[in-house]
Amino acid sequence: MSVLVFAENWDGSFKKSTYEAVSYASSLAAKVGGSATAVVIGNVSDTNALGKYGATKALQFDGDNMNHQGIASILAQAAQATGAKYIVFNGTWKAKGAAPRLAVKLNASIATEVVELPSSTTPFNVKKKVFSGKAFAHVEMAGDVKIIVLSTNAYGVHENAVSIAVEKGSGAATEKDVSLQHVEYQKTAGKINLTEAELVVSAGRGMKDPGNWGMVEALAETLGAATACSKPVADIGWRPHHEHVGQTGIAVAPNLYIAIGISGAIQHLAGISSSKKIVVINTDPEAPFFKAADYGIVGDALQVIPKLTEAIKKLKG
Amino acid sequence: MKILVCISSVPDTTTKITFADGNTKFNTAGVQYVINPYDEFGLSRAMQLKEKMGGTVTTVTVGRADTEPVIRKALAIGADDSVRIDADPVDSFQVASEIAAYAKDKAFDLIITGRESIDYNGGAVPGMLAELLGINSVSPCVKLEIEGNIATMQTMIDGGKEVVKSNLPVVAAAQKGMVDESELRIPNMRGIMAARTKPLAVVPGSASGNTAAKTFDLPAPKAACKMISADNVEELVHLLHTEAKVI
Repeated sequence: MSVLVFAENWDGSFKKSTYEAVSYASSLAAKVGGSATAVVIGNVSDTNALGKYGATKALQFDGDNMNHQGIASILAQAAQATGAKYIVFNGTWKAKGAAPRLAVKLNASIATEVVELPSSTTPFNVKKKVFSGKAFAHVEMAGDVKIIVLSTNAYGVHENAVSIAVEKGSGAATEKDVSLQHVEYQKTAGKINLTEAELVVSAGRGMKDPGNWGMVEALAETLGAATACSKPVADIGWRPHHEHVGQTGIAVAPNLYIAIGISGAIQHLAGISSSKKIVVINTDPEAPFFKAADYGIVGDALQVIPKLTEAIKKLKG
Repeated sequence: MKILVCISSVPDTTTKITFADGNTKFNTAGVQYVINPYDEFGLSRAMQLKEKMGGTVTTVTVGRADTEPVIRKALAIGADDSVRIDADPVDSFQVASEIAAYAKDKAFDLIITGRESIDYNGGAVPGMLAELLGINSVSPCVKLEIEGNIATMQTMIDGGKEVVKSNLPVVAAAQKGMVDESELRIPNMRGIMAARTKPLAVVPGSASGNTAAKTFDLPAPKAACKMISADNVEELVHLLHTEAKVI
Protein backbone atom coordinates (compact mmCIF):
# COMPACT_ATOMS: atom_id res chain seq x y z
CA MET A 1 0.00 0.00 0.00
CA SER A 2 1.40 3.32 -1.02
CA VAL A 3 1.73 6.30 1.31
CA LEU A 4 2.04 9.57 -0.59
CA VAL A 5 3.94 12.49 0.85
CA PHE A 6 3.97 16.07 -0.43
CA ALA A 7 7.68 16.95 -0.70
CA GLU A 8 7.54 20.74 -0.71
CA ASN A 9 10.47 22.68 -2.17
CA TRP A 10 11.52 26.32 -2.08
CA ASP A 11 13.14 27.50 -5.33
CA GLY A 12 14.32 23.97 -6.01
CA SER A 13 15.53 23.00 -2.53
CA PHE A 14 13.94 21.00 0.25
CA LYS A 15 13.81 22.17 3.85
CA LYS A 16 13.71 20.44 7.18
CA SER A 17 9.91 20.29 7.23
CA THR A 18 10.00 18.34 3.94
CA TYR A 19 12.32 15.75 5.48
CA GLU A 20 10.12 15.61 8.58
CA ALA A 21 7.08 14.77 6.41
CA VAL A 22 9.03 12.13 4.45
CA SER A 23 10.33 10.61 7.72
CA TYR A 24 6.77 10.38 9.03
CA ALA A 25 5.45 8.93 5.76
CA SER A 26 8.08 6.19 5.65
CA SER A 27 7.40 5.18 9.29
CA LEU A 28 3.66 5.22 8.58
CA ALA A 29 4.24 3.07 5.48
CA ALA A 30 6.13 0.54 7.63
CA LYS A 31 3.18 0.49 10.04
CA VAL A 32 0.48 -0.07 7.42
CA GLY A 33 2.64 -2.34 5.25
CA GLY A 34 3.68 -0.33 2.21
CA SER A 35 6.15 2.18 0.91
CA ALA A 36 6.47 5.96 0.83
CA THR A 37 6.19 7.81 -2.48
CA ALA A 38 7.15 11.48 -2.57
CA VAL A 39 5.37 13.95 -4.84
CA VAL A 40 7.66 16.75 -6.02
CA ILE A 41 6.18 19.73 -7.87
CA GLY A 42 8.57 21.96 -9.82
CA ASN A 43 12.23 21.58 -10.59
CA VAL A 44 14.41 20.25 -7.76
CA SER A 45 18.15 19.72 -8.10
CA ASP A 46 18.48 16.87 -5.61
CA THR A 47 15.32 14.74 -5.48
CA ASN A 48 17.44 11.75 -4.42
CA ALA A 49 17.92 13.41 -1.01
CA LEU A 50 14.40 12.19 -0.11
CA GLY A 51 15.71 8.59 -0.13
CA LYS A 52 17.78 9.40 2.92
CA TYR A 53 14.53 9.70 4.93
CA GLY A 54 12.84 6.61 3.57
CA ALA A 55 11.08 7.54 0.31
CA THR A 56 11.48 4.64 -2.14
CA LYS A 57 9.97 6.55 -5.02
CA ALA A 58 9.59 10.17 -6.11
CA LEU A 59 7.10 11.38 -8.70
CA GLN A 60 8.22 14.57 -10.35
CA PHE A 61 5.58 17.00 -11.70
CA ASP A 62 5.99 20.28 -13.55
CA GLY A 63 4.86 23.57 -12.06
CA ASP A 64 6.67 26.35 -10.25
CA ASN A 65 5.11 28.62 -7.60
CA MET A 66 2.07 26.37 -7.53
CA ASN A 67 -0.88 27.60 -5.45
CA HIS A 68 -3.03 25.54 -3.07
CA GLN A 69 -5.47 24.47 -5.78
CA GLY A 70 -2.70 23.40 -8.13
CA ILE A 71 -0.95 21.34 -5.45
CA ALA A 72 -4.23 19.69 -4.45
CA SER A 73 -5.07 18.91 -8.07
CA ILE A 74 -1.70 17.29 -8.80
CA LEU A 75 -1.76 15.27 -5.57
CA ALA A 76 -5.28 14.07 -6.34
CA GLN A 77 -4.07 12.75 -9.69
CA ALA A 78 -1.03 11.11 -8.06
CA ALA A 79 -3.22 9.54 -5.36
CA GLN A 80 -5.59 8.10 -7.92
CA ALA A 81 -2.73 6.79 -10.08
CA THR A 82 -0.97 5.10 -7.15
CA GLY A 83 -4.09 4.05 -5.23
CA ALA A 84 -2.64 5.70 -2.10
CA LYS A 85 -4.74 5.43 1.06
CA TYR A 86 -2.64 7.85 3.11
CA ILE A 87 -1.29 11.26 2.17
CA VAL A 88 1.13 13.11 4.46
CA PHE A 89 1.81 16.87 4.46
CA ASN A 90 4.37 18.99 6.31
CA GLY A 91 3.02 21.81 8.49
CA THR A 92 3.81 24.82 6.27
CA TRP A 93 1.32 27.45 5.10
CA LYS A 94 1.29 25.95 1.59
CA ALA A 95 0.66 22.44 2.83
CA LYS A 96 -2.04 23.59 5.26
CA GLY A 97 -3.76 25.41 2.40
CA ALA A 98 -3.59 22.56 -0.11
CA ALA A 99 -4.50 19.60 2.14
CA PRO A 100 -8.15 20.56 2.89
CA ARG A 101 -8.85 21.05 -0.83
CA LEU A 102 -7.36 17.63 -1.53
CA ALA A 103 -9.53 16.10 1.21
CA VAL A 104 -12.66 17.30 -0.59
CA LYS A 105 -11.40 16.11 -4.00
CA LEU A 106 -10.65 12.60 -2.66
CA ASN A 107 -13.52 12.44 -0.17
CA ALA A 108 -10.82 11.77 2.42
CA SER A 109 -10.79 12.41 6.16
CA ILE A 110 -8.19 14.87 7.41
CA ALA A 111 -6.33 15.58 10.66
CA THR A 112 -4.11 18.65 10.99
CA GLU A 113 -1.50 19.59 13.65
CA VAL A 114 -0.66 15.91 14.08
CA VAL A 115 2.22 15.27 16.52
CA GLU A 116 2.77 11.48 16.51
CA LEU A 117 2.44 8.34 14.43
CA PRO A 118 -1.03 6.74 14.75
CA SER A 119 -1.49 4.90 18.05
CA SER A 120 -3.60 2.35 16.17
CA THR A 121 -4.34 1.84 12.49
CA THR A 122 -7.72 0.02 12.82
CA PRO A 123 -9.43 2.15 13.87
CA PHE A 124 -7.04 4.84 12.65
CA ASN A 125 -6.24 7.06 15.61
CA VAL A 126 -3.87 10.04 15.67
CA LYS A 127 -2.86 12.57 18.30
CA LYS A 128 -3.18 16.24 17.36
CA LYS A 129 -2.78 19.61 19.02
CA VAL A 130 -6.01 21.37 20.03
CA PHE A 131 -6.84 24.58 21.90
CA SER A 132 -3.80 26.17 20.24
CA GLY A 133 -1.34 23.91 22.04
CA LYS A 134 -3.04 23.94 25.43
CA ALA A 135 -4.16 20.30 24.96
CA PHE A 136 -4.13 17.25 22.67
CA ALA A 137 -6.96 15.26 21.11
CA HIS A 138 -6.93 11.63 19.99
CA VAL A 139 -8.88 11.68 16.76
CA GLU A 140 -10.41 8.71 15.02
CA MET A 141 -10.35 9.07 11.24
CA ALA A 142 -12.91 7.29 9.07
CA GLY A 143 -12.97 7.00 5.30
CA ASP A 144 -11.03 5.04 2.74
CA VAL A 145 -8.36 7.73 2.26
CA LYS A 146 -6.73 9.63 5.13
CA ILE A 147 -4.79 12.89 5.03
CA ILE A 148 -2.35 13.81 7.78
CA VAL A 149 -0.92 17.31 8.16
CA LEU A 150 1.95 17.48 10.64
CA SER A 151 2.62 20.02 13.34
CA THR A 152 6.13 21.30 12.49
CA ASN A 153 8.99 20.02 14.70
CA ALA A 154 6.80 17.56 16.63
CA TYR A 155 7.66 14.22 14.97
CA GLY A 156 11.13 15.31 13.91
CA VAL A 157 13.49 14.32 11.12
CA HIS A 158 14.61 10.66 11.17
CA GLU A 159 17.16 9.24 8.78
CA ASN A 160 16.34 5.90 7.17
CA ALA A 161 18.32 5.66 3.94
CA VAL A 162 16.79 3.61 1.13
CA SER A 163 17.35 3.62 -2.59
CA ILE A 164 14.96 5.90 -4.39
CA ALA A 165 13.55 5.71 -7.92
CA VAL A 166 12.73 9.08 -9.46
CA GLU A 167 10.01 9.05 -12.13
CA LYS A 168 8.09 11.62 -14.05
CA GLY A 169 4.51 11.81 -12.75
CA SER A 170 1.67 11.96 -15.23
CA GLY A 171 -0.81 14.78 -14.82
CA ALA A 172 -0.81 18.53 -14.38
CA ALA A 173 -2.80 21.35 -12.82
CA THR A 174 -5.61 22.69 -15.00
CA GLU A 175 -6.09 26.30 -15.99
CA LYS A 176 -8.92 26.64 -13.48
CA ASP A 177 -6.61 25.33 -10.73
CA VAL A 178 -4.17 28.14 -11.35
CA SER A 179 -6.74 30.93 -11.83
CA LEU A 180 -5.52 32.42 -8.55
CA GLN A 181 -2.88 34.63 -10.03
CA HIS A 182 0.57 34.95 -8.47
CA VAL A 183 1.68 38.61 -8.42
CA GLU A 184 4.88 38.69 -6.38
CA TYR A 185 6.82 37.32 -3.42
CA GLN A 186 7.99 39.55 -0.60
CA LYS A 187 10.61 37.40 1.05
CA THR A 188 12.24 38.11 4.38
CA ALA A 189 15.76 37.43 3.15
CA GLY A 190 18.39 35.79 5.30
CA LYS A 191 16.14 35.25 8.32
CA ILE A 192 15.76 31.88 9.98
CA ASN A 193 12.20 30.61 9.53
CA LEU A 194 10.45 30.86 12.90
CA THR A 195 8.17 27.80 12.71
CA GLU A 196 11.01 25.52 11.67
CA ALA A 197 13.68 27.00 13.98
CA GLU A 198 15.44 24.79 16.53
CA LEU A 199 16.39 27.78 18.66
CA VAL A 200 14.17 30.81 19.25
CA VAL A 201 14.96 34.04 21.09
CA SER A 202 11.76 35.87 21.96
CA ALA A 203 11.30 39.19 23.71
CA GLY A 204 8.47 41.28 25.10
CA ARG A 205 7.67 44.51 26.85
CA GLY A 206 10.48 43.98 29.34
CA MET A 207 12.78 45.32 26.61
CA LYS A 208 11.30 48.77 27.44
CA ASP A 209 11.94 50.29 23.99
CA PRO A 210 12.06 49.01 20.38
CA GLY A 211 15.50 50.61 20.14
CA ASN A 212 16.81 47.92 22.53
CA TRP A 213 16.11 45.04 20.11
CA GLY A 214 19.65 45.16 18.72
CA MET A 215 20.88 43.05 21.64
CA VAL A 216 18.08 40.49 21.11
CA GLU A 217 19.12 40.15 17.48
CA ALA A 218 22.78 39.89 18.47
CA LEU A 219 21.94 37.06 20.89
CA ALA A 220 19.87 35.29 18.22
CA GLU A 221 22.65 35.66 15.69
CA THR A 222 25.26 34.28 18.09
CA LEU A 223 23.03 31.26 18.74
CA GLY A 224 21.86 30.84 15.16
CA ALA A 225 18.32 31.35 16.44
CA ALA A 226 15.15 32.86 14.98
CA THR A 227 13.67 35.95 16.66
CA ALA A 228 10.12 36.14 17.97
CA CYS A 229 8.04 38.41 20.18
CA SER A 230 4.99 38.60 22.44
CA LYS A 231 1.58 39.91 21.33
CA PRO A 232 1.75 43.31 23.11
CA VAL A 233 4.94 44.39 21.35
CA ALA A 234 3.56 43.31 17.96
CA ASP A 235 0.32 45.20 18.68
CA ILE A 236 2.14 48.45 19.51
CA GLY A 237 4.29 48.10 16.41
CA TRP A 238 7.68 47.48 18.07
CA ARG A 239 8.00 44.25 16.09
CA PRO A 240 6.36 42.88 12.90
CA HIS A 241 3.18 40.76 13.27
CA HIS A 242 4.81 37.70 11.72
CA GLU A 243 7.07 37.43 14.79
CA HIS A 244 4.11 37.23 17.21
CA VAL A 245 4.14 33.87 18.97
CA GLY A 246 1.09 32.71 20.93
CA GLN A 247 -2.49 31.55 20.70
CA THR A 248 -3.50 34.01 17.98
CA GLY A 249 -0.06 34.18 16.36
CA ILE A 250 2.43 31.52 15.41
CA ALA A 251 2.96 28.28 17.34
CA VAL A 252 6.57 27.14 17.69
CA ALA A 253 8.19 23.91 18.87
CA PRO A 254 11.94 24.55 19.06
CA ASN A 255 14.54 22.66 21.11
CA LEU A 256 15.18 25.86 23.04
CA TYR A 257 12.90 28.86 23.59
CA ILE A 258 14.43 31.84 25.38
CA ALA A 259 11.77 34.28 26.65
CA ILE A 260 13.06 37.69 27.63
CA GLY A 261 10.87 40.22 29.40
CA ILE A 262 7.67 38.27 28.68
CA SER A 263 5.38 37.68 31.66
CA GLY A 264 3.91 34.42 30.32
CA ALA A 265 0.19 35.05 29.80
CA ILE A 266 -1.78 31.85 29.13
CA GLN A 267 -2.23 32.89 25.46
CA HIS A 268 1.54 33.18 24.99
CA LEU A 269 2.22 29.86 26.73
CA ALA A 270 -0.22 28.13 24.35
CA GLY A 271 2.01 29.00 21.40
CA ILE A 272 5.26 27.79 22.97
CA SER A 273 4.19 24.82 25.12
CA SER A 274 5.72 22.30 22.68
CA SER A 275 9.22 23.76 23.13
CA LYS A 276 11.57 21.13 24.50
CA LYS A 277 13.47 23.47 26.85
CA ILE A 278 12.45 26.94 28.00
CA VAL A 279 14.60 29.69 29.52
CA VAL A 280 12.87 32.66 31.11
CA ILE A 281 14.55 35.96 31.92
CA ASN A 282 12.34 38.43 33.79
CA THR A 283 12.70 41.15 36.44
CA ASP A 284 9.60 39.91 38.25
CA PRO A 285 10.27 36.70 40.24
CA GLU A 286 6.47 36.16 40.36
CA ALA A 287 6.09 36.18 36.55
CA PRO A 288 3.86 33.21 35.63
CA PHE A 289 6.30 32.22 32.88
CA PHE A 290 8.74 30.77 35.48
CA LYS A 291 6.19 28.01 36.20
CA ALA A 292 6.48 26.85 32.57
CA ALA A 293 10.27 27.23 32.40
CA ASP A 294 13.15 24.79 32.76
CA TYR A 295 15.70 27.47 33.62
CA GLY A 296 15.08 30.94 34.97
CA ILE A 297 16.99 34.13 35.69
CA VAL A 298 15.48 36.98 37.68
CA GLY A 299 17.08 40.10 36.32
CA ASP A 300 16.90 43.06 33.99
CA ALA A 301 16.92 41.96 30.35
CA LEU A 302 19.09 44.89 29.31
CA GLN A 303 21.81 43.77 31.74
CA VAL A 304 21.49 40.00 31.27
CA ILE A 305 21.30 39.70 27.46
CA PRO A 306 24.73 41.14 26.60
CA LYS A 307 26.34 38.92 29.27
CA LEU A 308 24.51 35.89 27.92
CA THR A 309 25.64 36.67 24.37
CA GLU A 310 29.26 36.93 25.57
CA ALA A 311 29.05 33.64 27.49
CA ILE A 312 27.68 31.85 24.41
CA LYS A 313 30.40 33.34 22.23
CA LYS A 314 32.94 31.99 24.72
CA LEU A 315 31.36 28.51 24.59
CA LYS A 316 31.41 28.51 20.82
CA GLY A 317 35.04 29.65 20.88
CA MET B 1 -21.02 43.76 -2.57
CA LYS B 2 -22.56 40.77 -0.80
CA ILE B 3 -20.28 39.48 1.94
CA LEU B 4 -20.60 36.32 4.05
CA VAL B 5 -18.54 36.10 7.24
CA CYS B 6 -18.23 32.69 8.94
CA ILE B 7 -18.20 32.98 12.73
CA SER B 8 -17.21 30.36 15.31
CA SER B 9 -18.09 30.63 18.96
CA VAL B 10 -14.94 29.64 20.90
CA PRO B 11 -13.65 29.75 24.50
CA ASP B 12 -12.06 33.08 25.39
CA THR B 13 -8.26 33.05 24.89
CA THR B 14 -7.65 33.23 28.67
CA THR B 15 -9.55 29.96 29.29
CA LYS B 16 -7.78 27.30 31.28
CA ILE B 17 -8.52 24.12 29.36
CA THR B 18 -9.85 21.08 31.26
CA PHE B 19 -11.81 18.00 30.25
CA ALA B 20 -14.76 16.09 31.72
CA ASP B 21 -16.36 12.62 31.52
CA GLY B 22 -13.10 10.68 31.64
CA ASN B 23 -11.30 13.12 29.33
CA THR B 24 -13.81 12.57 26.53
CA LYS B 25 -15.37 16.06 26.56
CA PHE B 26 -14.22 19.66 26.87
CA ASN B 27 -15.28 20.98 30.25
CA THR B 28 -17.47 23.99 29.46
CA ALA B 29 -18.18 24.86 33.11
CA GLY B 30 -17.50 28.55 33.72
CA VAL B 31 -16.11 29.11 30.22
CA GLN B 32 -16.72 32.47 28.53
CA TYR B 33 -17.37 32.27 24.78
CA VAL B 34 -16.22 34.85 22.25
CA ILE B 35 -16.12 35.40 18.49
CA ASN B 36 -13.14 33.37 17.26
CA PRO B 37 -10.34 36.02 17.18
CA TYR B 38 -9.44 35.29 13.54
CA ASP B 39 -13.10 35.63 12.53
CA GLU B 40 -13.20 38.97 14.35
CA PHE B 41 -10.42 40.34 12.11
CA GLY B 42 -12.47 39.16 9.12
CA LEU B 43 -15.73 40.68 10.38
CA SER B 44 -14.01 44.02 11.01
CA ARG B 45 -12.62 44.01 7.45
CA ALA B 46 -16.07 43.13 6.09
CA MET B 47 -17.51 46.19 7.87
CA GLN B 48 -14.81 48.43 6.38
CA LEU B 49 -15.51 47.08 2.88
CA LYS B 50 -19.25 47.55 3.30
CA GLU B 51 -18.77 51.16 4.40
CA LYS B 52 -16.52 51.84 1.43
CA MET B 53 -18.39 49.98 -1.30
CA GLY B 54 -21.93 49.49 -0.01
CA GLY B 55 -23.66 46.12 0.21
CA THR B 56 -24.53 43.69 2.97
CA VAL B 57 -22.70 41.62 5.56
CA THR B 58 -24.29 38.33 6.58
CA THR B 59 -22.78 35.99 9.19
CA VAL B 60 -23.14 32.24 9.35
CA THR B 61 -22.43 29.98 12.33
CA VAL B 62 -22.73 26.23 12.68
CA GLY B 63 -23.84 25.62 16.25
CA ARG B 64 -26.63 25.18 18.75
CA ALA B 65 -28.66 27.92 20.45
CA ASP B 66 -25.85 28.48 22.99
CA THR B 67 -23.83 30.21 20.23
CA GLU B 68 -26.44 32.97 19.86
CA PRO B 69 -24.81 35.47 22.29
CA VAL B 70 -21.72 35.39 20.07
CA ILE B 71 -23.86 35.77 16.94
CA ARG B 72 -25.65 38.76 18.53
CA LYS B 73 -22.25 40.30 19.21
CA ALA B 74 -21.43 40.03 15.49
CA LEU B 75 -24.74 41.74 14.73
CA ALA B 76 -23.92 44.44 17.31
CA ILE B 77 -20.57 45.01 15.57
CA GLY B 78 -22.56 45.74 12.43
CA ALA B 79 -23.52 42.64 10.44
CA ASP B 80 -26.90 43.08 8.76
CA ASP B 81 -28.26 39.61 9.39
CA SER B 82 -27.16 36.21 10.63
CA VAL B 83 -27.84 32.59 9.97
CA ARG B 84 -27.35 29.80 12.48
CA ILE B 85 -27.15 26.32 11.06
CA ASP B 86 -28.54 24.22 13.87
CA ALA B 87 -26.09 21.35 14.42
CA ASP B 88 -23.31 20.36 16.81
CA PRO B 89 -20.08 21.11 14.98
CA VAL B 90 -18.07 17.85 14.82
CA ASP B 91 -15.28 18.50 12.33
CA SER B 92 -14.08 20.76 9.53
CA PHE B 93 -15.68 18.72 6.76
CA GLN B 94 -19.14 18.81 8.33
CA VAL B 95 -18.90 22.56 9.04
CA ALA B 96 -17.60 23.35 5.53
CA SER B 97 -20.34 21.17 3.99
CA GLU B 98 -23.07 22.96 5.96
CA ILE B 99 -21.79 26.41 4.99
CA ALA B 100 -21.30 25.41 1.34
CA ALA B 101 -24.86 24.03 1.17
CA TYR B 102 -26.19 27.30 2.60
CA ALA B 103 -24.02 29.62 0.45
CA LYS B 104 -24.11 27.88 -2.92
CA ASP B 105 -27.20 29.62 -4.34
CA LYS B 106 -26.88 32.94 -2.48
CA ALA B 107 -24.41 34.63 -4.88
CA PHE B 108 -22.02 36.01 -2.26
CA ASP B 109 -19.21 38.07 -3.81
CA LEU B 110 -16.84 37.44 -0.94
CA ILE B 111 -16.69 34.81 1.81
CA ILE B 112 -14.51 35.55 4.82
CA THR B 113 -13.57 32.93 7.43
CA GLY B 114 -10.91 32.91 10.13
CA ARG B 115 -7.59 31.20 9.39
CA GLU B 116 -8.57 28.57 11.96
CA SER B 117 -10.67 28.36 15.10
CA ILE B 118 -8.69 28.60 18.32
CA ASP B 119 -10.44 25.58 19.85
CA TYR B 120 -9.94 22.64 17.49
CA ASN B 121 -7.42 24.37 15.19
CA GLY B 122 -8.38 22.35 12.12
CA GLY B 123 -7.67 25.26 9.78
CA ALA B 124 -9.40 23.27 7.06
CA VAL B 125 -12.78 24.98 6.68
CA PRO B 126 -11.69 27.79 4.27
CA GLY B 127 -9.99 25.42 1.80
CA MET B 128 -12.79 22.85 1.99
CA LEU B 129 -15.52 25.46 1.61
CA ALA B 130 -13.81 26.93 -1.47
CA GLU B 131 -13.29 23.50 -2.98
CA LEU B 132 -16.94 22.58 -2.37
CA LEU B 133 -18.04 25.84 -4.03
CA GLY B 134 -15.48 25.53 -6.84
CA ILE B 135 -13.82 28.89 -6.15
CA ASN B 136 -10.38 30.18 -5.14
CA SER B 137 -9.20 30.43 -1.54
CA VAL B 138 -6.42 32.32 0.20
CA SER B 139 -5.35 31.11 3.63
CA PRO B 140 -4.09 32.86 5.67
CA CYS B 141 -5.09 36.23 4.22
CA VAL B 142 -3.26 39.17 5.82
CA LYS B 143 -4.36 41.92 3.37
CA LEU B 144 -7.55 42.12 1.34
CA GLU B 145 -8.42 44.84 -1.18
CA ILE B 146 -11.33 44.71 -3.61
CA GLU B 147 -11.54 46.64 -6.84
CA GLY B 148 -14.36 45.92 -9.24
CA ASN B 149 -14.48 42.16 -9.62
CA ILE B 150 -10.89 41.56 -8.49
CA ALA B 151 -9.58 40.79 -4.99
CA THR B 152 -5.92 41.51 -4.34
CA MET B 153 -4.69 39.62 -1.30
CA GLN B 154 -1.56 38.97 0.67
CA THR B 155 -0.87 35.53 2.08
CA MET B 156 1.92 34.13 4.24
CA ILE B 157 4.48 31.74 2.80
CA ASP B 158 7.23 30.18 4.84
CA GLY B 159 9.92 32.82 4.53
CA GLY B 160 7.80 35.82 3.62
CA LYS B 161 4.60 36.92 1.95
CA GLU B 162 3.00 36.41 -1.43
CA VAL B 163 0.68 38.80 -3.25
CA VAL B 164 -2.08 37.10 -5.25
CA LYS B 165 -5.09 38.17 -7.30
CA SER B 166 -8.39 36.45 -7.91
CA ASN B 167 -11.69 37.10 -9.52
CA LEU B 168 -14.66 37.19 -7.15
CA PRO B 169 -16.13 35.22 -5.53
CA VAL B 170 -13.26 34.07 -3.35
CA VAL B 171 -12.78 32.65 0.16
CA ALA B 172 -10.34 34.70 2.26
CA ALA B 173 -9.19 33.22 5.61
CA ALA B 174 -8.46 36.13 7.92
CA GLN B 175 -5.66 36.66 10.35
CA LYS B 176 -4.22 39.77 11.95
CA GLY B 177 -3.14 42.16 9.21
CA MET B 178 -6.41 41.92 7.28
CA VAL B 179 -7.14 44.62 9.83
CA ASP B 180 -4.85 45.64 12.68
CA GLU B 181 -5.68 45.07 16.33
CA SER B 182 -6.46 48.79 16.64
CA GLU B 183 -9.04 48.55 13.84
CA LEU B 184 -11.06 45.77 15.50
CA ARG B 185 -14.70 46.87 15.89
CA ILE B 186 -16.10 47.00 19.40
CA PRO B 187 -19.91 47.01 19.71
CA ASN B 188 -21.37 50.28 21.00
CA MET B 189 -24.66 50.69 22.88
CA ARG B 190 -26.56 51.60 19.73
CA GLY B 191 -25.19 48.53 17.98
CA ILE B 192 -26.12 46.30 20.90
CA MET B 193 -29.69 47.65 20.93
CA ALA B 194 -30.03 47.29 17.16
CA ALA B 195 -28.66 43.72 17.27
CA ARG B 196 -31.65 42.58 19.35
CA THR B 197 -34.02 43.05 16.44
CA LYS B 198 -31.80 42.15 13.49
CA PRO B 199 -32.75 38.94 11.66
CA LEU B 200 -31.20 35.73 12.98
CA ALA B 201 -32.47 32.83 10.90
CA VAL B 202 -32.13 29.26 12.14
CA VAL B 203 -31.90 26.53 9.52
CA PRO B 204 -31.52 22.80 10.20
CA GLY B 205 -28.16 21.12 9.57
CA SER B 206 -27.85 17.86 7.71
CA ALA B 207 -24.16 17.20 6.94
CA SER B 208 -22.00 14.65 8.73
CA GLY B 209 -18.28 14.56 9.45
CA ASN B 210 -15.68 11.84 9.01
CA THR B 211 -13.45 12.34 12.05
CA ALA B 212 -14.20 12.26 15.78
CA ALA B 213 -12.18 13.41 18.78
CA LYS B 214 -12.41 10.42 21.13
CA THR B 215 -10.28 11.49 24.09
CA PHE B 216 -8.19 14.47 25.18
CA ASP B 217 -5.16 15.04 27.31
CA LEU B 218 -3.11 17.90 28.64
CA PRO B 219 0.65 18.42 28.15
CA ALA B 220 2.76 16.72 30.82
CA PRO B 221 3.47 19.10 33.72
CA LYS B 222 6.92 20.69 33.83
CA ALA B 223 9.46 19.87 36.54
CA ALA B 224 10.37 22.81 38.79
CA CYS B 225 12.28 25.64 37.14
CA LYS B 226 16.01 25.80 37.96
CA MET B 227 16.81 29.34 39.05
CA ILE B 228 20.19 30.81 38.18
CA SER B 229 21.69 34.06 39.47
CA ALA B 230 21.73 37.00 37.06
CA ASP B 231 25.42 37.40 37.92
CA ASN B 232 26.19 33.88 36.75
CA VAL B 233 24.92 33.56 33.19
CA GLU B 234 27.93 31.29 32.44
CA GLU B 235 26.17 28.70 34.61
CA LEU B 236 23.04 28.93 32.41
CA VAL B 237 25.11 28.48 29.25
CA HIS B 238 26.91 25.53 30.87
CA LEU B 239 23.58 23.85 31.78
CA LEU B 240 22.10 24.44 28.34
CA HIS B 241 25.18 22.87 26.82
CA THR B 242 25.82 19.90 29.13
CA GLU B 243 22.49 19.15 30.84
CA ALA B 244 19.78 20.21 28.35
CA LYS B 245 22.12 19.65 25.38
CA VAL B 246 20.31 22.20 23.27
CA ILE B 247 23.25 24.47 22.38
